Amino acid sequence: MTLTTDQFVPTSGSDDDASQLLTDQEQQWVDKFMDETTLFLGPDPAIMRTHQIMPRTAYEEECIAQGIDPLEVDRIRKRLAGALDEAFEMCESMGAAPGAKWADLSCAVYTAEGDVTYLSNRGVIAFSAVLHHPIRYIMKNWKDEPTVGINPGDGFFHNDSRFGMVHNTDQSMLVPVMRDGIIIAWVGATIHEGENGACEPGGMPSGSESPFDDGLRASPIKIVEKGHLRRDLLTFLQHSTRDPKLMLADIKVKMGATRRIMDTVDRLIDEVGQETFVASLRVTVEDVETEVRRRISELPDGTVTFNQFVDSTLKENILIKFACKITVKGERMIIDLTGTGPEILNRALNSPLASTKSFMSQAVLSYWWPDLPRSTGALSPIEIITEEHTWADAGYDAPVGQSLQASFRGFSALQSAFAKMQFSAPQKYSNVVAPWFNQINDFLWGGTTQNGEQVGNLCADLNGMGGGAKAFRDGEDAVAPLFCAMADLGEQEVMEEEVPFLQLVSKRLVRDNQGFGKFRGGMGYEMMVASRGTPSWGFMTVTSGSKFSSVPGMFGGYGCPVYPLAMVKDINIYDIIKKDPSQFNLSMERVMNEQPFEGGDYQTGHMGLQFDVAKEGELYMIAQGAGGGYGDVLERDPELVVTDLELDRISAQVATNVYGVVWEADTFVVHEQATIELRAQMRRDRISRGKPYKEFVAEFVQEEPPKDLLYYGSWGQDNDEELLATHWGKIEPERVKGKIAELPLIMVPDRRVLKIGKLEARVRELEQKYGEVAVHKS
Amino acid sequence: MRVPMTEYLLIDLDTERWICRICAHDFGDARGNYKEGTLVYDRDPQEIHPPVIDPEKYEFTFSPDPIFCRILEFYCPTCGTQIEAEYLPPGHPPTVDMLWDIDSLREKWEAHGGNPEEVVNYGPGENAVTDLSARFDSVAPHSHQTEGR
Repeated sequence: MTLTTDQFVPTSGSDDDASQLLTDQEQQWVDKFMDETTLFLGPDPAIMRTHQIMPRTAYEEECIAQGIDPLEVDRIRKRLAGALDEAFEMCESMGAAPGAKWADLSCAVYTAEGDVTYLSNRGVIAFSAVLHHPIRYIMKNWKDEPTVGINPGDGFFHNDSRFGMVHNTDQSMLVPVMRDGIIIAWVGATIHEGENGACEPGGMPSGSESPFDDGLRASPIKIVEKGHLRRDLLTFLQHSTRDPKLMLADIKVKMGATRRIMDTVDRLIDEVGQETFVASLRVTVEDVETEVRRRISELPDGTVTFNQFVDSTLKENILIKFACKITVKGERMIIDLTGTGPEILNRALNSPLASTKSFMSQAVLSYWWPDLPRSTGALSPIEIITEEHTWADAGYDAPVGQSLQASFRGFSALQSAFAKMQFSAPQKYSNVVAPWFNQINDFLWGGTTQNGEQVGNLCADLNGMGGGAKAFRDGEDAVAPLFCAMADLGEQEVMEEEVPFLQLVSKRLVRDNQGFGKFRGGMGYEMMVASRGTPSWGFMTVTSGSKFSSVPGMFGGYGCPVYPLAMVKDINIYDIIKKDPSQFNLSMERVMNEQPFEGGDYQTGHMGLQFDVAKEGELYMIAQGAGGGYGDVLERDPELVVTDLELDRISAQVATNVYGVVWEADTFVVHEQATIELRAQMRRDRISRGKPYKEFVAEFVQEEPPKDLLYYGSWGQDNDEELLATHWGKIEPERVKGKIAELPLIMVPDRRVLKIGKLEARVRELEQKYGEVAVHKS
Repeated sequence: MRVPMTEYLLIDLDTERWICRICAHDFGDARGNYKEGTLVYDRDPQEIHPPVIDPEKYEFTFSPDPIFCRILEFYCPTCGTQIEAEYLPPGHPPTVDMLWDIDSLREKWEAHGGNPEEVVNYGPGENAVTDLSARFDSVAPHSHQTEGR
């Protein structure tokens, strides 16, 4: 961690202050000594734990004092928006990363102190919204550092989320805008690059058990010096990952994109003057903050609570809580995550606080108030309470390879709670929406391609999340990921030119994969892949939600189902369909239920699959997730139910038992009166089986989670500071309780060790039972 | 004045009560937890989310595991409308999901001067419409009057 003099030495004051330990002169000597002998400039808590915009600098004050013309500010913003969109398209068109081709990137302009002023209209808001942290780090540590410094034409690279990044698979290029030796702004581009040299290919390792398994740990480094790419550092970065071509290509793409933004910035400054340009950046940030305060004041005062339960470490099934209370009082909004489970120090699901907050920005700027300029000012006035060393606010020593598990929950907490916060507000700036799907239901892959290259990355299906149902319509199927409104699902045929596997089934909707409701959530589709023509290949999946639904519904609607990983090992599907083309009739349902391929090993598992070697033709099957439903299922238009039934989107069981619709089997004509009567009966049944709240609570609520459930987080909401956790201090797990600082370090044993232990115990039991004498040498 | 708070709940600011927007059932003090006025049922999630792959053969089937997950269904005691469905671990206390400052709610709407039960068009497009009037107002379901209710 960063050691600063502030942490060890009292602030200097006058010499005659009796409590003062050091004189001013002595303080200066200490400061100088500490500056010159700092062991390690790691992530700086003073930077990393703050999401507020910076105070105006003296120069910004000076620029603003010369007068602000709102129309001119607007013109400047629009010019910047155009430049950013152009840079975005450059990255999208030329980027080597699969993610770049599908809009998994963004470009932005920042103030000199690092506050985002404006983002590209397309792309991932969270990417750029988190980059004030590294800019502040660079300004604090490298600007005046003689061995680094900042000069025109320089460009800084980083990927480690401990310094401010959504996750470690993303890489940035941050370039200063300078005039007369002074930094007046920054421009930047960030791309989800994928491969980063982690313990598994693809950059999002679910198998990471320490921060050193997370892959490349680049703090902000000056990769471009006065316009020239430094080959020594580039070589280091290439050498540190599995895909050196990707590293080179996309650093150059980001250099080109930031150069394009810089061209517009240079022209703008020539046209409007440096002071007007600086003032425009600054007032935009401030205006957004002011407007957010005003919009908060329009919401009803009160508290909305939205708790989430995540069922996997990606290695084993657990239940870990993401607690969230949002309180509005006048212009203040306080988001309190107290009650969220502790970090797990040998699992990949933890998220740095800045990454969690970046997805809160995503919710605010794309789902709450999408009309606002995309600026740091949007989250700045919102107070956020977290406890360090919880999984949403992980410490420095926690692995964060799959930090999306926690940070996406930061998004869902805000996106979902807002439906209740804005329903009664007079002015609505966006739709009332049920929870968006929030998991990474996707294949990651890696190995040697048919072209002999080493690669590691992911499929575009990540972008096919089902949308939440709205107050007036069904959610859209496979519409967009929560982090990017206008993303692409990619061209599978193009990808197959570059990677040695086929998607044998793609974009086929899975029956009953809906959040049921008056309006249903958008559906997800299934994906089936098998490798072909490669000496070495493997797949991974990095998703929770195979036992506990990832998203609930809204206002009586149901959530999404859960999602399995299905595999058929020890077959070669290509040989099978070559011999019998009729076998190409593939679906997860048919393959797994009918088990048509002789000799195949048919398996299911949760969706945390660590890198699994895929022999040619072995089948891997998953499904994309659905958005939450909105409103009572018995209010759904029966015609919509039958339409879904006819299209095989829902089963007859769901149409009858969930939606209460009666129809003519041959014609799919709704029996209106019979439906009315069935639904009336279903309502009566509800009243009959439902118990008065207090009586229900007395029966249902337990003091603690079930004994065998590996649980982490608060239980209930009356005492969110008391966390429960499962601790393996001994061989058997035990439940521990206490405040976060009182809990022991939480780790989970290797599941294979646990399995071997169980099997050995069983062997001993059987030996004893049958009187067999066996010698077990250790 | 009545303010719709969710698809199925409104708060009557005159009486300070939670009211069902479908049938006018009174759920209790608007300064408290509306769930206390509901009927609740502990639903096995497998009854709602059926398996797609055979549960006899496999552990993971698209259907939630009832050992991990329950669905608490909250019903209106009069009309049987399902006003909330909460996914919880077994035995976890139901979440108090909304607590509102009624004085502030009243002040904000009075300052606004509009009718909280108007039709909302989220746009773009004509289909982006939600009718916020209470359904039990069968006489004048789309009335914009703000007093005398």
